[in-house]
Parts: sequence; C-alpha cells; structure tokens
Amino acid sequence: MLVPCVVIFALFIVWPLGKSVSLSLHGSDLFGRPDAFVGLQHYRDMLGSAEFRHILWVTLAFVLLTVIPGVLGGLLVVLLLEQHIKGIRIFRTAFALPFAFSVASASVIFATIYNPAIGLANGILGKFGVDRIGWLTDPSWALISVAITTVWMSIGYNVLVLSAGIGAIPDEINEAATLDGAGGWRAARFITVPMLGPQLFFLVVISTIQSLQSFGQIKILTPEGGPEQSTKTLVYSIYHTAFANNASDFGAASAQAIVLFVILLICTGIQFGVLERRVHYK
Amino acid sequence: MRQLTAGRVVTYAVLILAALAVIFPVYYVIAGSVMSPGQISSYPPDLFPHGLFTGNYEGATHSGTPIGQQYLNSILQTSVITLSQLITSVLAAYAFVFMKMWGRTVLFGLFLATLMVPWESIVLPNYLTITGWSIGGERLTASHAGTMLALVLPFLANAFGVFLLRQSFLQFPLELRDAATIDGAGHWRFLTRILMPLNKPALMAVSLYVFLAAWNQFFWPLLIGDSASRRTLQIGISQLNDAEAADPGLILAGVTLSILPTLAIVIFGQRFIVRGLTAGAIR
Repeated sequence: MLVPCVVIFALFIVWPLGKSVSLSLHGSDLFGRPDAFVGLQHYRDMLGSAEFRHILWVTLAFVLLTVIPGVLGGLLVVLLLEQHIKGIRIFRTAFALPFAFSVASASVIFATIYNPAIGLANGILGKFGVDRIGWLTDPSWALISVAITTVWMSIGYNVLVLSAGIGAIPDEINEAATLDGAGGWRAARFITVPMLGPQLFFLVVISTIQSLQSFGQIKILTPEGGPEQSTKTLVYSIYHTAFANNASDFGAASAQAIVLFVILLICTGIQFGVLERRVHYK
Repeated sequence: MRQLTAGRVVTYAVLILAALAVIFPVYYVIAGSVMSPGQISSYPPDLFPHGLFTGNYEGATHSGTPIGQQYLNSILQTSVITLSQLITSVLAAYAFVFMKMWGRTVLFGLFLATLMVPWESIVLPNYLTITGWSIGGERLTASHAGTMLALVLPFLANAFGVFLLRQSFLQFPLELRDAATIDGAGHWRFLTRILMPLNKPALMAVSLYVFLAAWNQFFWPLLIGDSASRRTLQIGISQLNDAEAADPGLILAGVTLSILPTLAIVIFGQRFIVRGLTAGAIR
C-alpha cells in the first residue's frame, strides 16, 4: 500500500535531489545538457561573483519586504477583529478571498493595476496630486511592487492561522484579564500577542520559506528579472540560468538550486529546533 | 450594546480600509472584465463599469486565445492530480496506522523529509528526465496526451496528504476496528466501508487543498507545455499579459474565468481548507 508513494517519491524527489548535486558538479554543453565533470568549479564561480552576491541581496530584501508586512498586517487585522466587531463573518470572508487567486491570476491583475499609462495605482495617486510611478520599470520600485502583490496573496493565510491561534487561547485567561480591568488594547498587548507566540513564529518561518520560493509573480510582473536585475531572486536566477536563450547552463543553475536547498533546510531546522525546545521546557 | 467610543471608530475605520484594500483587486478584476476597451483604457481610470460589456468574454473564449482548450487541460491536470493524491495518500496513511510492519516510524519520517525538499531545487533534473523519456520512438512531450502525462507525473503522490490523513486515522477508535475484524471485514472492506466514510472531513480537506495547489501550479506547467493548446490555464492567462498591445479587459475576463473554481472552493469550502492549511500551525 506504500508502494505508489514510495515509487513517486523515489523517482521524482529523492533521485532528482542526488541528480541536482551531480549536475552542479558538471559542465554544460551548448544545449545546457551536462557534459564534463568540473568539480566545485560552479560553486567557486558563484561565490566569487558580484552578480551572485547581488542575487542573494535581492532575495534577502524580498524576504524582508514580504514577511514583515505580511505577518504584522495579519496580526493587526486579527487583533482588530478581536474587538467584538459587528459583521465579523463578512470581514473574515473578505480577508480569505485572496486565497482563490493563483500566483498567475494575482500577478496578472496587479500587472494591470501597475500599468504605467492606464493602471489604477497611478490613476488613484494622480487624484491626490502624486506623480506617476514606474511601478515595474523603476529599479527602486520593482521589487516593492512585486512584494506588495506577494503580501496581498499571503495575508488571508496569515489571518486564518492567527485567528485559529486566538480561538485556542483558554477563556479563563481572557476572563481573568477582564476582571483585572485589562480590556481592548491592553489585553491585546499583554495577553493576546504573547499567547500567539507559537503561531507568529510559525508564520515567520513558513512565510520566509514561501518567500524564498516565490517565482510566478517575479516572472510575470518583471520578465527578465526586472529593471537592472532589481527583482532577480535566487529562484528566478535558477530558472534564468537554466532556460535563458543562448546561455542555458544546467550545471551552474543546479549549483544555485543546491544553495537554495541548503538555505531552506536551515530555515526548517530553525523551526524544528525552536519547537523542540518549547516542548522540552514546558 | 457597546458604546461607540473614539477607539472603536478607529478600529472600524482601519478594518474597513484594510478590507477594502484586500478586496479591491478582486472587485477590479470583475468590474474591469465588463468594461469596454475604451472605458478601461481611459485616463484617469474609471472605477465603475458603464453597463455590462460582454465583448471581453467573447474575445477571451473565441479569437486567437485558446482559453477553452487550456481550461480543459487544467481541469484534466487538476482532477488527475487530486484523485491520484487522494488514493495514494489514503493507502499510505492506512498502512502507517493499521498495518504493523518493521521500520514503520522510520519510513514515515522519511516521507515527512520529502516535504523539506523544495520543488525549485529538483525541477531541473525532473525536467531533464521527463523531456528525455520517449514512447514509441517519440518524445513524451511531443503529443498532447504525453504533455498531459508529463504535467501530472511528479505530483501523483505527496507526503502532506499522507500526514494529514494519518493524523485523522489515528483518532479512529480501536474498538470499532476490532469489531469490524471480528465481523469478518478484511483490510479492504474496513477501509472502504467504515474508515473512509467516517473520515469524510479529512478526505475533503486533502482533496480541496490538493485541488487548489494543482490548479494554481505555475513553474512546472511553464516548462512543460510547448504550444498554446497544450498549456494550462495559468500559463495561458499569464501569456495574455505578455502579448504585445495586451487588451486589459480581455486579460481580466480570462482571469475571472480562471478563478471561478477556486473562488467557489474558498467561499463554500472554507472550513475544510482551514483544517488543511492550519494543520502544521496549531498543536
């Protein structure tokens, strides 16, 4: 009964992982297919190149620009929803709606909104007298614009996880707080937020992992990695290095793929490490 | 009745603003899809459609854009992945919970470990493997059927479904299982007649979760389909956007059509999705 799963995992996850390592130690022919063994050459090239440092920097900036606003925004919404709001179901559904949007559909919508000539973003800002912004064409804006799209897509999930966390806070704790005269924001500050610690931590890790793996929104909103390569993250670079016209290099792309794997492994390791400690000291 | 203090006014104001910001793109895609080309391209932009213009939908479904075929491709790809993951996950979860075998815990640990391998790190070897296969002397991806097969193959099983169903099966009372065995029910009969009907919510959660993920896939379908009629809907709408002199109304109509199934799932299946999506977060 385990055979179907084992076969699929072996064929499409375990074996390819080994193959990725092997590819990263080989050169590539004209079509990007592997040829001679080159050892650690790709890794040496990568670590020595200013371009790769730029890619890592863009990747880090993208993670910060998506994770911090996404988690804080979700927290703010959930705390507001906790203040005995009328029509809470309508608000909940509203915040869940972005779920329905795939990365492709969300990106295409935002591409239309960011459109420099007819897009709503500039149209609305224009009414307040703000000059037109080159959302996707200005190197200092492109990454921010892609991050806004990403935060929009993730906010529903964050609200959901935090709402579930609030639901799990024992009633006695809230009652005790009310009896002690802590209401509204005082209760939120000193009780709800600390009690949400595990969920907030989980969200930071999971959003970081997702952010590191973002691809569709970058490819669709800023083809070619953005103006002056300003949106060229690690995953986009893997795609670009492997499939760029005339310069396809599966070896170098695989070396980047292994770097991505190691970074994500560290993130997951941190998650498990901290969770284990929590359980241990309880 | 609570007093309407200044604090509560601010609370409502911030919430309403946040909700509007989140809903706005949803509203815009639907409103824009029924605007005439002249209206949507006007500057400053209009927020409300003048009447119901259906030309974009006609354009998106007819003309040079093979959205109809791509819709069918996506439905096929998503159904096969969902059905297959459901079957493989039920079987594996059953084995992990109800069959005693050597190395069960270790194997389950290895299953979970596969979740830590990011798709982006193994996509290149998978691409080389699958485009390297041939059937009857022809490359697998050279035919429409072969392309559909290539789209689904790596996703026929996933450890997340196994994990979720195992959690659910573990809750199953052992007395019921023993009673079924005494009544002469074998593994298969117990699984299909008793266990699955009693675990419908978990099965729904897995199905909807897998459906959403498969329908929304982007990276792999981008690499696999090499002609318009073999692409999935997600790639199709993103290419509407790439086209020179893209018509925004047409794009938004395409997007609206593409989100209908997932919108239905999010609105009507919310409680099942919550279960799947928050499985890792709440302990």
